[in-house]
Amino acid sequence: MGNGDTTVEKESSTETALDFPWNVVVHNDPVNLMTYVTMVFQRVFGYSKDRAQKHMLEVHQQGRSIVWTGVREPAESYVEQLQAYLLLATLEKSQ
Amino acid sequence: MTVEVTRTDEGLRLARLDLFFVELLRQIPVSADPAESEAARDRLYPVATSDPQANADWRAYVHPELKEMFTTASDLVREDLEDFEQLDDTNDNWAFEIPEVHFDQWLNVLNQARLALAARFDFEEKEMGLNGPRTIETVRDLSLFQVHFYGFLQECLLQDLA
Repeated sequence: MGNGDTTVEKESSTETALDFPWNVVVHNDPVNLMTYVTMVFQRVFGYSKDRAQKHMLEVHQQGRSIVWTGVREPAESYVEQLQAYLLLATLEKSQ
Repeated sequence: MTVEVTRTDEGLRLARLDLFFVELLRQIPVSADPAESEAARDRLYPVATSDPQANADWRAYVHPELKEMFTTASDLVREDLEDFEQLDDTNDNWAFEIPEVHFDQWLNVLNQARLALAARFDFEEKEMGLNGPRTIETVRDLSLFQVHFYGFLQECLLQDLA
């Protein structure tokens, strides 16, 4: 796992500002294929292939990537979707 | 050992399969089931936070949904696997087609199987990065070969979806 900078995807909402922000984090595992992880990021977040690959490489090289930041409810939904694709995804409060 | 993979109008056709590969394909839904392996279960059904209460809620509400989804996909793959075609009487020439409309479920179940096997046998990262075991002498070798073969099938499906 490296210690490089992590790219953070942010989404703001004034209505639920008190709950903001939560990070959706994807962790590295040696089993999921890189092409599969890229496809999942494209499908779940609607990211471009380049953006999805950037996060996939972050996971692979740094051990984790913050793939989305925002209010808790959608963040939980994203974690559930990522786990449905069998990625190691967790939710953490942004520092 | 040879497996021929071609794209058809209806899906992905695997041909020239001998009985070894036929059995490996039939084992996909079996391997995807974590059964008594706690390591496999923990990998397929991870928690979501570092907060014990939130994780208890996650287990109570999210895991049953994941389980239903995984089981539905696995049942569908199991049904697909009932349609092997024997092309001649040599036992070395079976064919099978993954229907295009089931590609997503196949990707999911292949991933369940690979993750469950890797967790069960605690495969190391270097083992996953190689092309598979050079010889198959133990159940662990066979399981590692399965993980690599299922990964090859995933790559074929992903290439098509891309």
